[in-house]
Amino acid sequence: MQKLEINGKIRQVDVEPEMPLLWVLRDVLDMTGTKFGCGVALCGACTVHMDGVATRSCVLPVASAVGHKIVTIEGVSASKAGRAVQAAWIAADVPQCGYCQSGQIMSATSLIAKNKAPTDAEIDSAMSGNICRCGVYNRIRAAIHKAAADIGEAA
Amino acid sequence: MNEAIASRREFLRSAAGAGGGLILALALPPATRLSAAAAASSTAAGSAAAANSINAFVKIGADDTVTLVMHKSEMGQGIYTGLSQLLAEELDCDMGRVRIETAPVAAVYNHPMFPMQFTGGSMSIASCWTSLRMAGATARAMLIQAAADQWQVAPDTCRAERSMVFGPDGQKARFGQLAEAAGKLPPPDPKTVVLKPQDEFALIGKPIKRIEAKEKVNGSGEFGLDVRVPGMLRAVLARPPALGSTPTRIDDTAARAVPGVIKVVSFSAGVAVVARNTHAARKGRDALVIEWQAAPGPVLDTERMRSDYRKLSLALAPLVARNDGDVAAALRSSGTKHLEAFYEVPFLAHAPMEPLNCVADCRADRCDVWTGTQMQSPDRAAAAAVAGLSPEQVFIHTTLLGGGFGRRANPASDFVREAVELSKKLKTPVQIVWTREDDMHGGWYRPLWVNRLQAALGTDGKLLAWHHTVVGQSIMAGTNMQGMIKDGIDPTSVEGAAELPYSIPNVRVDLHTTTAPVRVQWWRSVGHSHTAFAVESFIDECAVAAAIDPLEYRRSLLGGKQQRRRAVLELLAEKSGWGQPLPAGRARGIAIHESFGSVVGEVAEVSMQNGLPRVHRVVAVIDCGMAVNPQMIAAQLESAINYGLSAALYGEITFADGKPQQANFDTYQVIRMNEAPLVEAHILPSKEAPSGVGEPGLPPIAPAVGNAIFALTQERIRRLPMIRGGKFVV
Repeated sequence: MQKLEINGKIRQVDVEPEMPLLWVLRDVLDMTGTKFGCGVALCGACTVHMDGVATRSCVLPVASAVGHKIVTIEGVSASKAGRAVQAAWIAADVPQCGYCQSGQIMSATSLIAKNKAPTDAEIDSAMSGNICRCGVYNRIRAAIHKAAADIGEAA
Repeated sequence: MNEAIASRREFLRSAAGAGGGLILALALPPATRLSAAAAASSTAAGSAAAANSINAFVKIGADDTVTLVMHKSEMGQGIYTGLSQLLAEELDCDMGRVRIETAPVAAVYNHPMFPMQFTGGSMSIASCWTSLRMAGATARAMLIQAAADQWQVAPDTCRAERSMVFGPDGQKARFGQLAEAAGKLPPPDPKTVVLKPQDEFALIGKPIKRIEAKEKVNGSGEFGLDVRVPGMLRAVLARPPALGSTPTRIDDTAARAVPGVIKVVSFSAGVAVVARNTHAARKGRDALVIEWQAAPGPVLDTERMRSDYRKLSLALAPLVARNDGDVAAALRSSGTKHLEAFYEVPFLAHAPMEPLNCVADCRADRCDVWTGTQMQSPDRAAAAAVAGLSPEQVFIHTTLLGGGFGRRANPASDFVREAVELSKKLKTPVQIVWTREDDMHGGWYRPLWVNRLQAALGTDGKLLAWHHTVVGQSIMAGTNMQGMIKDGIDPTSVEGAAELPYSIPNVRVDLHTTTAPVRVQWWRSVGHSHTAFAVESFIDECAVAAAIDPLEYRRSLLGGKQQRRRAVLELLAEKSGWGQPLPAGRARGIAIHESFGSVVGEVAEVSMQNGLPRVHRVVAVIDCGMAVNPQMIAAQLESAINYGLSAALYGEITFADGKPQQANFDTYQVIRMNEAPLVEAHILPSKEAPSGVGEPGLPPIAPAVGNAIFALTQERIRRLPMIRGGKFVV
């Protein structure tokens, strides 16, 4: 039995300790917002936060998540940064097919939670692990700048 | 899943009038309309073959909600939004009141040009341009009639606005209050229904935001892989390592020992490890020990194939797609400058972000399929054949698609068929999950093509002769689109080559259709994805040989009938700053191409960084007729450019010993944030009917980048991808 803290709630799951967190979320807890894309941490679709750090859940054994605060796309709106990113995503009409967007939003939220005014180079560095086959990169960049600015104004 | 069932029931309930709603089924009397609407619903078995003339797109709830029964698949192109705009424009309803319910499979939802329900070919807006507006206008007329009847006034004294009907003496009623009465009225004669003139459009032409955006930023949107059915098991398959291989020995001892694994099943698609969760299924799959026997016949090797194709291109091709003048004589004539080049493109995987997957629940008398598909009716027919049921006993539930790019329009319904077969064997609902490697090895690639081009230029640089020979596999052969092959020519092999727009007196475009043990399929922009690279790069070579500016050269070859291209070039020159100085180390390249009824011109700005090309900025101009949603059009140009750039720089599936050599995003690289160019999209104003948008932005990007690299380095890119094995290769 693994005891997890996900989006502020304690969840007990009876799974193999090496099962990646991704599949615990998707197949055991039916939290399907976190996506499977490559299985080997190359595409970023499975990104969640572990203690605020963008983490690829497809290669994270569930045992390694025990004792850490996990936030998924279903819970990202609990934070100011998360809400700002989601709002900016809609304002910039970022998503196309939308499949990668949970991961993109988790990476972007983690970035602006730490960096109130990321430069383009910092955005490149934080976001290049997240692939989008629809190629919405220009809009993601614009939305991150907007979300950071919105948080700055609200502060 | 439960929502899907609930909404189906709701559909039926409304259809029966019990829910107080209007289901619009055009051109049928009320009684027939109810049965037609019921037939269109997936729960009404055995009657979906009802007439073609019904139209069941609109439901209006008592709360004013307008439900658009959506027969097109949303894969990012924005069709949920675009079709809602067409409907809401004529219905005069509030856009914010429109919701989408995916349509069941029924003849009423077939594509007007093909006897099947599918989404592809950049045709959805163009093919629904009139029908969806008519659906809206007819519904509006019926709501107005219902109000007029109630108020005992003439309908032409009433008007609709923002989900309300207003009468001549201050009467007003919400659509929701009128919907039930309207649903009982006979539909008006279509000839009496007048569509709005363009200058009255309030929604068409506006940059309306994506209507399903919210569910795509909060994780609640349901893709195929997110479908959960009670009692559903997961399966991951050991698939044949090469096309046609069969297992001769299977040792599943270790696989069955994996906790969570329930069963190992050998069937037509491979060896399935069935488990309680995907992780166990995958781990079990990886623990299988299987000896595979290769299929008899030639073993696929792409290097040998390239060399065979080049040799073949030297022989006069038997299939002639175009023959103006006498190319052979013109190419032999003296006093002209001769150019010849091969342009080659590789096999490509679609690699959508959501790997292929399908849930099937196959029972004795009914089969349900949940998946993100572009091809509902072929999938239904395939599922029925596998299940041993009639198509009317099969229900396809279309989810959001995590990218399509053509892969989810599989003519053999590969990912549906196998799920139905496995569910039938297991007698339980099952979800087949393709790993990324499965998806990339699963075939149905964009074909490898070799183009041989020859040209003769006069002393003034004018083109006198152009001979373009295409060598490659037919995509259409053996598919449900085979009827498009005419006189042995698959139009998708030569599209974009045969319609060469440049004024040249002697033109021949011909084709060698090959066969090979690899399954090929349409890939975003289909044949244009290779012909534009060949034509627009080679025309650049001709411009260089003529010592004329490449944009000017193209303009000089565009005759009076090519006004759209001339207008695109003009705007492109202006917006890209063509001819203006650039920072040192940068150069521009241009390409223009027509596909899916639209013309797109692109200028790419490129530099070389650490020996690799870097695309900084792409300016794109499109003429796609009337812009229904400029925001979605710009987004599709951005998308097509990045998708095409991934292929131009990196994309390549190669085979050795019959086996694909790429498996995941490390070996099949795609553009990432740090490499994505700034895309500036411009739309040429037009009052013409809309044409394609999802694909036309793709074909020009590879030649535009290649031409920029030539301008920068004097090296001509004649083979894609440009970067192979991490190195820039000319």
